[in-house]
Amino acid sequence: MTYTVAILGMAVVTFIAKASVFILGDRIRFSPLVRDALDFVPVTVLTAIAVPLMLAPGGGDLQFTWRNPQLVAGIAAILIAAVTRKQLLTITLGLAIFFAWRFGVIG
Amino acid sequence: MPSARLHEFAGGMRDTAPMLVGAAPFGVIFGTLAATGDLALWQGQLLSLSVYAGASQFIALGLFAGGAGFAVIWATTLIVNLRHVLYAANLLPRIAPLSAPWRWLLGFLLTDETFAVMTAYYARHPVTPLGHWYYLGSGVAMYLNWQAWTFLGLAFCASFPALHSWGLDFAMVATFIAIVVPQLVNLPRVAAAVIAAAAALLLRGLPYQLGLLSAIAVGVPVGLILLRRRRAIAEPGR
Repeated sequence: MTYTVAILGMAVVTFIAKASVFILGDRIRFSPLVRDALDFVPVTVLTAIAVPLMLAPGGGDLQFTWRNPQLVAGIAAILIAAVTRKQLLTITLGLAIFFAWRFGVIG
Repeated sequence: MPSARLHEFAGGMRDTAPMLVGAAPFGVIFGTLAATGDLALWQGQLLSLSVYAGASQFIALGLFAGGAGFAVIWATTLIVNLRHVLYAANLLPRIAPLSAPWRWLLGFLLTDETFAVMTAYYARHPVTPLGHWYYLGSGVAMYLNWQAWTFLGLAFCASFPALHSWGLDFAMVATFIAIVVPQLVNLPRVAAAVIAAAAALLLRGLPYQLGLLSAIAVGVPVGLILLRRRRAIAEPGR
């Protein structure tokens, strides 16, 4: 029930972000500052979610060790993405390394 | 002229086909992740049906798992989706003459992919009396595609319950890395990402995932300051 409320609220918020300009037309204006700020939203939001999942999986203490598969595979994925810039390749290779490390190397 | 409308509608669908393929793996990953979390299966599909915005759906799964409150979930959703405001402002000259129901519908169907397809279409067609049917074709194709792949991911995971203990949330980490790293093309963006990561790590103990909002609140201004400083050096006197 709680989740349903959260989801429907998200739907309303998303609809406002997507459709308000179409519905209200020229009554909405943006400052250049807002436009510039929006440029940084994807890199900050996604990084702020991913990095704690890599360095402190499970939400506990820092696990800065080679026995942490999230960290090892995450670093590998960063390198793959930096070199190839291919999304799907990064995800599939990253996941393969994650499972290989988790079930193969650490056992 | 129903046949002309159908022609535009089909054209929109056809030109969106590459985007459908690109979105498919994300839909499957999202469905799989949704099924491994605390959500009921139908709630996973409800996210795709009602929110229909990939990035915020992924983020919501992480926030749900972290016990985030409504305010944080909705505020994060708003921030992540604000880019659509810019897309809509860009498309507005072609949308403004349409009736209200059309504007509501096309607003709901706005995505990164459909924006890209429509930008290319409007560039090719300066005058488009039936362009909204083309937009509808692109939007409906993306929407149905997203529902189908979400459903497949949910069904796949539901039939292999052992997947729950595999640590599949790393799929989300890998997905985010694949999106972010190619965008780190200049110092302001790199600095914004590094500061946000450090803040999120230091503040990860805050309740309701408030550490995430705090990380955005410090990361974005750092990027902005560096961007403006760089511009001031490049264009003195502005």
